[in-house]
Amino acid sequence: MSVSLFSAQGVATGAFFLVVGLTILGALIAVGARNIFHNVLGLALSLIGVAGLFLYLNSPFVALMEILIYVGAITIAICFAVMLSEPLYRPGPPRSFLKSLGALLGAGAVLAFLALLTRKTQWVAAAERSQDWSITTIGHYLLTNYVLIFEVISLLLLVAMLGAIVTARNGRGS
Amino acid sequence: MLIFNQLETYLYLALVLFAIGLYGVLSRRNLIAVLISVELMLNAASINFMAFNRFLAPHPAVGQVIALFIMAVAAAEAAIALSIIMAVYRKLKSINAEQAVELRG
Repeated sequence: MSVSLFSAQGVATGAFFLVVGLTILGALIAVGARNIFHNVLGLALSLIGVAGLFLYLNSPFVALMEILIYVGAITIAICFAVMLSEPLYRPGPPRSFLKSLGALLGAGAVLAFLALLTRKTQWVAAAERSQDWSITTIGHYLLTNYVLIFEVISLLLLVAMLGAIVTARNGRGS
Repeated sequence: MLIFNQLETYLYLALVLFAIGLYGVLSRRNLIAVLISVELMLNAASINFMAFNRFLAPHPAVGQVIALFIMAVAAAEAAIALSIIMAVYRKLKSINAEQAVELRG
């Protein structure tokens, strides 16, 4: 189907391709670049693209959380780890061609299998679908139906925080 | 039918992202790079949840709640993994996975 480039739909489609390109390009940089700092920046680019995809999926709240938590917190934490560990100027060991080939074959096999599965499956939408996309409803669900998982997640974050402090500090005379 | 209003578009995109992350986990030797690849795979799972939520699910809040939980677990996982990487670096002066083989007999 042809859509005029200057209609609202054409602009939306163009922006969608931009977001998709950002996601894939960022992922390729995150995996392919040799410099670990470039990997981190590629991850940030890819995550911003994923946030754009969430906007297209009608969920601005989750898109904002994606940028806040992933780009704002996790990427920065990885930056700290990069700066505190190996110096960037030290060249790493050369990549083994055979191992890269094996990894490519493994990832390609998973890709082919899942693509086949996606193509063969008949996706059926739920018979009755609610149209309630508001953030209020998400908050309501978080504190009623999913309140147990909500509390367990907060406990998990607390335990992870304590564990990270205990693991990373100078303990036991090291 | 516009391309961004189809379920399959998002599924294939998440699939490509997952495969790139899997390739990174299998091929990289730097522990931080492995962690970055795992984050990519978690994001692919998130995209899948959100796509099913948008096109198939009976109530649109459920998938968003699950995506938020995935983010929280990913944050906890990143904190733990980075502290372990710091401890490994302090002990071995390297974050190469192939040099962290002290347990090998």
